[in-house]
Amino acid sequence: MKFGVVTFPGSNCDQDMIDTLRDGLGCETVALWHKDRDLQGVDMVVLPGGFSYGDYLRSGAIARFSPIMEEVVKHADRGGYVLGVCNGFQILTETQLVPGALLHNASHKFICKNVFLRPASNLSPMTADLNENKAYKIPIAHGEGRYFADEETLKLLNDQGQVMFRYCESDGAITDSANPNGAIQNIAGVCNEGRNVMGMMPHPERAADENLLNTDGLALFHSLLNHMVTV
Amino acid sequence: MDSAALTTVETAKELGLLPEEFDKICEVLGRTPNFTELSVYSVMWSEHCSYKNSIVWLKTLPKEGPHMLAKAGEENAGLVDIGEGLACAFKIESHNHPSAVEPYQGAATGVGGINRDIFTMGARPIAQLNSLRFGDPTTDRTKWLVKGVVKGIGNYGNSFGIPTVGGEVYFDKCYEQNPLVNAFSAGIVEVGGQISAKAQGVGNAVYIVGSSTGRDGIHGAAFASKDLSEDSANDIPSVQVGDPFQEKLLLEATMELAKIGAVKGMQDMGAAGITCSTSEMSAGGGVGMDIDLDKVPTRQDGMEPWEILLSESQERMLVVVDKGREAEVEAIFEKWDIHCEPIGIVTEGPYVRYFWHGEKLAEIPAESLVLGGGAPIYHRETREPAYYAEYQNFDMDLVPCPEDLLSVAKELVRLPNIASKHWVYDQYDSMVGTKNRSTNEASDAAIVNVKGSKRAIAMTVDCNSRYVHADPEVGTMIAVAENARNIVCSGGVPSAITNCLNFGNPYNPEVYWQFVGAIKGMGKACEKFATPVTGGNVSFYNQTQIGNRIEPVFPTPTIAMIGLVEDTKHVTTIPFKAKGDLIYMLGTSRDDISSSQYLVHHHGIEASPVPFFSLEEEYANQEQLKELIRKGVIASAHDVTEGGLFIALLESAMQGDLGFDITTDVEIRPDAYLFGESQSRIVVSVTPENEESFIDLMMLNGVEFDLLGHVTKGAIRVDDEDWGTVSDYAKPYQNALGEVLEG
Repeated sequence: MKFGVVTFPGSNCDQDMIDTLRDGLGCETVALWHKDRDLQGVDMVVLPGGFSYGDYLRSGAIARFSPIMEEVVKHADRGGYVLGVCNGFQILTETQLVPGALLHNASHKFICKNVFLRPASNLSPMTADLNENKAYKIPIAHGEGRYFADEETLKLLNDQGQVMFRYCESDGAITDSANPNGAIQNIAGVCNEGRNVMGMMPHPERAADENLLNTDGLALFHSLLNHMVTV
Repeated sequence: MDSAALTTVETAKELGLLPEEFDKICEVLGRTPNFTELSVYSVMWSEHCSYKNSIVWLKTLPKEGPHMLAKAGEENAGLVDIGEGLACAFKIESHNHPSAVEPYQGAATGVGGINRDIFTMGARPIAQLNSLRFGDPTTDRTKWLVKGVVKGIGNYGNSFGIPTVGGEVYFDKCYEQNPLVNAFSAGIVEVGGQISAKAQGVGNAVYIVGSSTGRDGIHGAAFASKDLSEDSANDIPSVQVGDPFQEKLLLEATMELAKIGAVKGMQDMGAAGITCSTSEMSAGGGVGMDIDLDKVPTRQDGMEPWEILLSESQERMLVVVDKGREAEVEAIFEKWDIHCEPIGIVTEGPYVRYFWHGEKLAEIPAESLVLGGGAPIYHRETREPAYYAEYQNFDMDLVPCPEDLLSVAKELVRLPNIASKHWVYDQYDSMVGTKNRSTNEASDAAIVNVKGSKRAIAMTVDCNSRYVHADPEVGTMIAVAENARNIVCSGGVPSAITNCLNFGNPYNPEVYWQFVGAIKGMGKACEKFATPVTGGNVSFYNQTQIGNRIEPVFPTPTIAMIGLVEDTKHVTTIPFKAKGDLIYMLGTSRDDISSSQYLVHHHGIEASPVPFFSLEEEYANQEQLKELIRKGVIASAHDVTEGGLFIALLESAMQGDLGFDITTDVEIRPDAYLFGESQSRIVVSVTPENEESFIDLMMLNGVEFDLLGHVTKGAIRVDDEDWGTVSDYAKPYQNALGEVLEG
C-alpha cells in the first residue's frame, strides 16, 4: 500500500504522519504538495492536521479549493482511500467527502489532551480489527472539533455504521463528561457511505511510538493496512 | 515629522534620549542628526536594544562551556552541541509591556519573535516553554489578562505547529498591572548548518522577506523601555499584530534556504525593525549597507521613511544573499508564496545609509548604534532596600503551628500557585511534532526526543520570584539550582541556561540592588552547575501601582535551562509506579517555613527571608541523584518546591493514581516538615527489589536521606492518621484554578 501525505501551507502534522507511516509502519509514503495535481499513484491520500492556509476564515474552508483537492475528490469518487485527521477531517467535511460539519468546541477553547475513543462500528477499514469494548487512548488538539450533523444524517450514519469512533471514559463508558468538545452523540470520527473516505479529530499518529509512551494508535493503522484493498 | 528635518535636544528628549546622549550622537556624526537619524539612535540606544543599564553586570556572567558553539551575543541565540552532529539553539525573551496593554497580541507576538530568533539561525524549533506571571487571579483584570495571554500563546504556537511542552504560571499581587510574559523556544540544527546573523560579502543583495511593513509597533522598543503607567493604554499602537501562518511559511522557506547555503546572513526583525536588523547585521559583519526604503513593500500608503525604518510589523526578516544565487533564493520564497524584495546592498562600511527615492536620508556608522560598539554603557547606583533587613528578623517561633494540618493540606492544594495549571496547558498543543514525551508521563523537566537517536533534550523554566525578592542573590541561585534539579530529576545532565531578567526601573537604586544581587547569584550557581549563560534579555520598568504607591514587581530573573539525556532509558518521571514501593527523600528536612506558600497564604505573612539553601549541598544531592538514575535504582523522582514535601508527595501520588503512607520527623516542626520549602530535596520511590542497591549507593557518598514511608493503593496516611484518599485531593487540585478564572 502506498500513502501520500498532503502538505498545505500551514499543515503542521504532515511530517508526523509521514514519520509514522514510513518509519513506524514501514509503508511506502510520499509527500504531496497542495499546488500539484499528480497523486503519484498512491492508494491512500492522507490529509494531515494543522492550520491550512492559516484557517483564519473557517477551518478547511480555503484548502478545499486547492488544486490537489480537486484530484483528491476524483480519487475518492473512484473509490480511492482518503484519511483526514484533525484539520484533514475539517477539510473533508468542507469538501463534503464525509457528511457533517465541525464547529467551535463547546468551551470555545483550543483543547490538547489525551482522550479515549471507542470504536462505534467495525465496517470501516480503520475500525475493522478494533475491539469494540476497548477504550483507545488517542490525543486530540483542536479548536474546532465539535462534530455536528442534522438528525436525518445522524440516523443514516448510525444505521449504516458510518460512525467510526465515539469519545468515551477510560473504562469505555460513553458519557457527557468524556466528550471533550461537545460533539453530537460523542462522535469523534466518521466515514463516507463507501467507507473509503475516513475522517477523525483525534490524532492516531501521535499515539504510535513507544518513545512517546503511547502506542494505542498503532491498532488503528494496522487495521487500515489489513483491510485496504488495491482499487 | 519630516524625516530630513534637523533636530534639537528637545526632539531627543521627546524620543526618550538623554541630553548627554544627544551630545554624544552629535559628536559621533560630527554634525546635528536629522529626525530619521535621531529616531534610529533613539531605538538602538533604548534600554531594550542597547542593554545600556545592564551590560556592565551581564558581562560578569559565565559564558564559556565545553559545549558552546555560539556564545552570548554572538548570534540571535545561544548554540549548544548536543552530540551526534547536532546542536540546540535556544533563547527566552520577554513581551511584558505589550501583554499588559493588549494581552492577546502581546503574548502572540512574543511567541512569534522568539521562534524567529531560533529558525533564522537555520534551526528548526522543536519545543516552546513559557513563564507567565499575573496578579491576583480573582480580579477581573487578571482574568482578562490570563485569558488573553493564554489564548494568544495558544493560537500562535498551535498554528505555527511547535509544541508548548512546559512552563510556569505564578500569581502575586505585585504583577497586578504588569504581567510578565516570557517565551522560550529551542530548535535543532546540524552543526555547521547554522545561518549567521552577520552580513557578509560586499556587493551582496539585501532582501526584506515576509509580511509588508505597516505602522504597527512603531517605537515598540521605546515603549518597552519606560515605566508602565495608567497612560500606557495610549501605547496600544506600539503593540504589533501577529500572523502565525506567515511565520509557518517563513519557517519552512528558511529551512529550505539553510539547505542550499546561498544565504550570507539573516536576522529576524524584532524590536526596531529594519533599523535594528540592518545595523546589527552590518556591525556584526564589519560591513555597511545601503538601503532603499522606498523599495520596502508597505501595508498602507503615505508612510514616512522614518516610520518604515522603525516599524515593528511582525513576520519579517532581513536576508543577505550570495551574489549570483538570487534566483534560487527567490524561487524558494515563491514556492511558499512569501514576498521577498531586494531593498539594498552590502557595502564596505562603516556606514548604514538609508535612501528615499535616491536621496540619502541618513548615514550612520553601524558600530555606533550597537551593543558592544558605540551604544552607551551606564553604571547605576545601588541601595539595599529597608525590607531586606526587616525580613531577616522573621522568627518562626512567633508563628503558631496549626492543630489541624489536614485542613491546611487541603487549603494548599487549591492555591493558584500550587494547583494544577492544566486549564492553561490544555489550550496549548503539547504533542505536535511527536517528540514530546511529557504529555503522556511528566518529568520535572519536559523531555523532547531527538528523533532517530537515543538522545533527548530536557528543558525547564523556573524562578520563584518571592525567594528572589527576599534575597536576590540566594533567590537567583535557587532559581538556577531548581532548573538544574528538574533536569537531573528527569534523567538529564544540565547544559546551559538562557535568562529573562524582569525588574523594575533601573534608575531606582533599590531595584538596581536587586538586579546586581540576582546577577551575582546567577553567576555563582551557573559556575557550580557548569551551565554557561547563552543569552536572553533584560526587561526593566516593570511595576505596579498598589494604592498610592508604585511598587516594582518582584525581581524576576526567569531562568530557562536545557540539559541532555544521553539515553532515553534514563528518563525518570514524577508519578509513583506501584503500591508497595518505598518512598525516600534525598536531602535534609529543616525547621524552615520562610517564604513558603504556606506561610504567605495560610498565615498571611510576607516578611520572611529566603528558605534555607546551600549551593554545595544542592550540588551533592544532584550528583547523587544522577548516580541513582544511571544505576537504574529509582522508579520516580520529583523535587520539593512550592507547597513543600506534602505537595511533592501528593503530585507523585496523583499522577500515578496511587497514595502514600508516611511518618514525619519528631525533630522537625510538623508544619515545616510537611509544607516548608527549604531547598535541595527530592522525593524518590524505590521498588522493594532495588532497595538494597539504593541504600548501598546512598551510603557511599554521605548525602543525607530519609525513609518517608511507602506507596499505597490510594489511601493517604500521615503518622498513622487517615488523611483520605488521593481522589479527595485530585479533584480540587485539578479544578481549582479553572474555577477561579472562570468564576
